[in-house]
Amino acid sequence: MEHPETHVHIVPYRILIRVWLLLLLLTAVLVATTRLMHEALSVWAMLIITPLKAGLVLFFFMHLKYEKPYLRALVFLTFGLLTIFIGMLFFDILRR
Amino acid sequence: MSYLTEGGRKGIRSWILSTDHKRIGILYLATMVFLFFIAVTIGVLMRIEQLTTGHPLFAPQTYNAFFTVHGVIMIFMFVLPGLPAVFGNFFLPIMLGAKDVSFPRLNLMSWYFFIAGASIVVASLFTGKGPPDTGWTFYAPFSLETGTNVSLGVFGAFVLGLSSILTGLNFITTIHRLRAPGMTWHRMPLFAWSVYGTAWIQVLATPIIGITLLLVIAERVFGIGVFDPAKGGDPVLYQHLFWIYSHPAVYIMILPAMGAITEIIPTFAHKTIFGYRAIAYSSLAIAFLGSLVWGHHMFTSGMSEMANLIFSLLTFIVAVPSAIKVFNWTATLHKGSIEVKPPMLFALTFIFLFAIGGLTGLMQGALAINVQVHDTYFIVGHFHYVMFGGTGMGFFAALLYWFPKMFGKTYNQKIAVLAWVPIFIGFNMLYFGMLVLGYMGMPRRYFTHLPQYHTGQIIASIGGFILAAGLVMFFANLIVALFKGKKAEQNPWGGVTLEWQISTPPPLENFSVIPEIKDRPYVFNPEATR
Amino acid sequence: MSSPAATPPLVHRESHKDYEGSKLGMWLFLFTEIILFGGLFILYSAYRARYPLEFHEAGQHLNVVIGVANTIILLTSSLTVAFAITAIQKGARTICLCCLSATIVLGAAFLVNKYIEWSGEIGHGLYPNSPVLMQRPHGDQIFFGLYYSMTGLHGLHVFAGIAVLSIMLGLVAGKRITSADFSKLENGGLYWHLVDVIWIFLLPLFYLAA
Repeated sequence: MEHPETHVHIVPYRILIRVWLLLLLLTAVLVATTRLMHEALSVWAMLIITPLKAGLVLFFFMHLKYEKPYLRALVFLTFGLLTIFIGMLFFDILRR
Repeated sequence: MSYLTEGGRKGIRSWILSTDHKRIGILYLATMVFLFFIAVTIGVLMRIEQLTTGHPLFAPQTYNAFFTVHGVIMIFMFVLPGLPAVFGNFFLPIMLGAKDVSFPRLNLMSWYFFIAGASIVVASLFTGKGPPDTGWTFYAPFSLETGTNVSLGVFGAFVLGLSSILTGLNFITTIHRLRAPGMTWHRMPLFAWSVYGTAWIQVLATPIIGITLLLVIAERVFGIGVFDPAKGGDPVLYQHLFWIYSHPAVYIMILPAMGAITEIIPTFAHKTIFGYRAIAYSSLAIAFLGSLVWGHHMFTSGMSEMANLIFSLLTFIVAVPSAIKVFNWTATLHKGSIEVKPPMLFALTFIFLFAIGGLTGLMQGALAINVQVHDTYFIVGHFHYVMFGGTGMGFFAALLYWFPKMFGKTYNQKIAVLAWVPIFIGFNMLYFGMLVLGYMGMPRRYFTHLPQYHTGQIIASIGGFILAAGLVMFFANLIVALFKGKKAEQNPWGGVTLEWQISTPPPLENFSVIPEIKDRPYVFNPEATR
Repeated sequence: MSSPAATPPLVHRESHKDYEGSKLGMWLFLFTEIILFGGLFILYSAYRARYPLEFHEAGQHLNVVIGVANTIILLTSSLTVAFAITAIQKGARTICLCCLSATIVLGAAFLVNKYIEWSGEIGHGLYPNSPVLMQRPHGDQIFFGLYYSMTGLHGLHVFAGIAVLSIMLGLVAGKRITSADFSKLENGGLYWHLVDVIWIFLLPLFYLAA
């Protein structure tokens, strides 16, 4: 029943709250940028802030920061695969 | 005492409620062989249709349904579940030195999804406006407009996809977590490596077809519009999404077959496998690279030239790891002490037929050739060489190899070899015939043909009938052996992986004491160095 | 990968629980969900490139206030479910139950908002195959086709997540989930977080496109 390598990582409440506040702040910045700035800047804001928010949820709420490296690698692999699909698709879409 | 006699339940409940990976493997085997023969029958009917000219035996609409249903059953219910569902389930835990997979109940649920999906597809044949007539590829916009039972049919395929995903998930976790003490990754049998690569494709690629099929249903029911040109949709995007799964799917089909061959060849050459790491890593390479070549099904669809070039290049590259495996097998045979028993006969046949399939695949990857042969019988010949000559023969080889261990009975080896003759001759008459017909310009999915193709079609059809007869002989032999076969010994072939160290058939929990692994697999004579 | 000294210990049928394995299995399932939605994101990216102006314009018909409100709701629900897991790990069952309940309530609020939102859009005739939409340019039709598909599929997942967490609530209340064995709750939480992550991507794609 006992597994030698099982480590229980307990993420403290205060870290969770800080991450949540950061997420709210980033959302506010994102909405403000897209409302107030012109298009190009909005797109950059979206491209940077959105993955950042997702990353915060993955790393802290979903404990990915505290997991073994191979699991982090697999998560990146999955998102990476989607990115490759979109990238390769655009060789077709953009040049038709 | 074995898994066939132990266990709390009796009768049919002991099978359909069992979470024992071995029983689940056999449940898959029984249902898959049954469905296989339904699809073979449809194939025979198609060959009969092509014998007639002038007045076709079956109406064109019927023929459309034939090739659709033949494809859906063969691909989604036989070749895809294929070796993982039967031999992966039965032997992966044993080869790893484990008592079962990581999630036994989820494993049973996989089989339930398989049955549910198959039933839904069968239901689509007999309800509404009849079976789908779109081809197993369900291309938009026709699949969005046709009145036949497309929604039901693709929903069945969706449910079958769930079965595949859960099996892959289970196998990945099992390989990560349940290897016996001392079994490092590089001491795992190569069948397990192939199942591992396959499982990743099952988990990461199948959801794409999942969403694509759901979107077809959403289009037909709600008119969402994403593939409908009338609403601004792009049918070529359907093809992209479809093939992003369906190309990696063919590696789900072939990798475990290659894995089985990799088990069989060392055993019957009495020699350790040549290039263990090359085979292990090439399985992963095939899984990854195979995810990047899907556009080669779409060279004539209107994609940009740049896309065509890139997909063609990647298609050539992905052939390399497959070729590496073929070299490793031949190198293993070299200076081995070879015994051509039935499993070995079919394993060698695999290498030969798969090579033809792979080479014709390379031909198709060349843009100039592709433009000529796309949607002709050449393509049909090619994929039957790889899926049937490859995975099919691999399946038969694995079945002949592991049958004694699974059922504790021996089969008539002479008849197994005898059945090989019509299978081999019929197969090549039929599918090489198709390569020739396709090269001459015979289009696929046509219920009839022009006079210049008639001789070729006759030869192909005769080959098809011979092949079908051989298949019947092959399976009849095994079915008879199930009931009347002599008791098998523990290790009839002299294999050295873990499944041959336990009793035949295996006990319920596989191992009374989990073994401790001290060495690489495939060590035949301890004094030989590698 | 692992050396002999660190290979997994013996796992017998009787003492069944493999915490790491169960977590790995859950993550693998999450990968399939990421790819499932990923297919829709692939479509979105292709159509956005094809109809940039229409996507920009069509987004203005959506209710940004509800969209942002729902974002705050889901982010907060992620907080509460993460709290619930920390709580059970520390043995604080009551806090866990409160936080789980809060998560479920927030999830329900999300769905109520969604209902209000969709009713509004459908009321304006902006739904697939509607006479109003069929008059509009192709880009609009595709935008709304994707909008309903993606937020609809997401909504189904919110619903499923609420069901899963409700079951977890019962198990915590019944002391079947404890500080010694909380794997199920953690896995349920992972599922909920993924639903949040998907929404994080959906927000800019549709509501902030304008």
